[in-house]
Amino acid sequence: MTPVYRRVFAWLDERFGAGSIEEFLRHKIIPVHRHTLWYYFGGMTLFLFIIQVLTGILLLLYYRPTQSDAFESVQYIVTQVRFGWLIRSVHSWSANLMIFTALVHMFSVYFLKAYRKPRELTWITGMLLLFLVLGFGFSGYLLPWNTLAYFATKVGTEMAGSIPLMGRWLLIYLRGGEEVTGATLTRFFGFHVAVLPGLATLMLAMHLLLVQRLGMSVPPSVERAIAEGRQPARSMPFFPNFLLRDIMGWYAALGVLGALAAIFPWELGTKADPFAPAPAGIRPEWYFLFMFQTLKYIPAKVLFLEGEFAGLLAFGAAAAVWVAVPFIDYKAGFGRVTRFFSGLGIFALGYMAVMSALALR
Amino acid sequence: MELSSHSRRGGAQPARRWINLLLGSGVLASIAAFVYPAIRYIIPPPVSESTSNSVIAAKTGELRNNNGKIFKFGSKPALLVRLADGTYRAFSAVCTHLNCTVQYREDIREIWCACHNGIYDLQGRNVSGPPPRSLEVFEVHVRGEDVVVSRKA
Repeated sequence: MTPVYRRVFAWLDERFGAGSIEEFLRHKIIPVHRHTLWYYFGGMTLFLFIIQVLTGILLLLYYRPTQSDAFESVQYIVTQVRFGWLIRSVHSWSANLMIFTALVHMFSVYFLKAYRKPRELTWITGMLLLFLVLGFGFSGYLLPWNTLAYFATKVGTEMAGSIPLMGRWLLIYLRGGEEVTGATLTRFFGFHVAVLPGLATLMLAMHLLLVQRLGMSVPPSVERAIAEGRQPARSMPFFPNFLLRDIMGWYAALGVLGALAAIFPWELGTKADPFAPAPAGIRPEWYFLFMFQTLKYIPAKVLFLEGEFAGLLAFGAAAAVWVAVPFIDYKAGFGRVTRFFSGLGIFALGYMAVMSALALR
Repeated sequence: MELSSHSRRGGAQPARRWINLLLGSGVLASIAAFVYPAIRYIIPPPVSESTSNSVIAAKTGELRNNNGKIFKFGSKPALLVRLADGTYRAFSAVCTHLNCTVQYREDIREIWCACHNGIYDLQGRNVSGPPPRSLEVFEVHVRGEDVVVSRKA
């Protein structure tokens, strides 16, 4: 008597050739070398994304996206609904950890030059995913309709409004009117639970498909060492060896999330009042701190540009260069590692770290 | 035989081009017809601006000297300041930098925006930090018990 799962598998294999998936899994390998650790961060980000989807769906059961009800409904979730505090805190903490692991993943890919040919599109889809994740962060931040979120949204959308020509249009599109109101909340809710998840799922599918097609990138230094016979080309099977290690990491992440949510429950703050001054010590989430601090230093006019637009332009240009780096650093594709791009990465990381630290002072 | 098929093809070409053009422009027009309403839908209808040109911002006994308060002027916040000498001044409370709501700081006797540390003096002029322009200044009149703020004509 063959086990049930074997029979089910045989049934599926007969219908659409499920065996080829098994075949693929059997041959998928993960290179083993001193940088293997960094391979785990993509999967970790994916795991946290799934946590976001699940806890997000749970929050949807009670959340109400209107100016009069949003704050109260979150308050209701964290005070009345059983384990509501846990679900909401896990959603907030997991969001922040996800952005952290996505950044670690991105920088490790950058420094290990995994973006080089033929993985340019994997890099680009990954960067687009990172922007989508920041979009999730920005839109989700407003949903509890508290004071901090209200002013953060005012500032963020006003920055978009500083773009010449289309800025005003963009501002009204984002806010659903001239001001940040209940209309903005409803829109951000729509972005957060419908538009962004749709785009992210599509982009994620492309990203994962490319990763499966191309396999893991081996860093140039390791590639050279193997070519020169200084170290053997070692690997482990993805299934089950690497996947089990992945799952171990995810299990640990669940523990960390639960502990963080229980020990440091996410603050709700005070309900947004459009007719109260911005509170002292106001600042955005940590991943926007470096931009926030830069804004403080930019004078009202830079050459002939409005200060905030100059800042936006600089960050936009930096982001564009970052996305296009596989094409700018095309020499890495022939195994020629230029120190310039590693230096650029260290500069970017350093800038973000120093500016964020200054903002927290 | 070959010649006739050649000429037939040649003869068919302008007609085919016409058909492609008609089909193409038809498809484009229908796409435009789908997209246009969607784009118009995305941009919300304008809300009629409240036309109030003056408002009672406070009662005379409400504010101590060297103090300020935010009040609602139309749809936007505004700031009423009572100076140390007891006179009133009123400004738009919307920071000219990135739209945050400013406040009166008793300790420095200036108007401060907490978001990016912008500072205005008591004439509403941007004196430090990122704000690019002065705050709009309103007129203040005390009528009996009421402190009335109005837009400058």
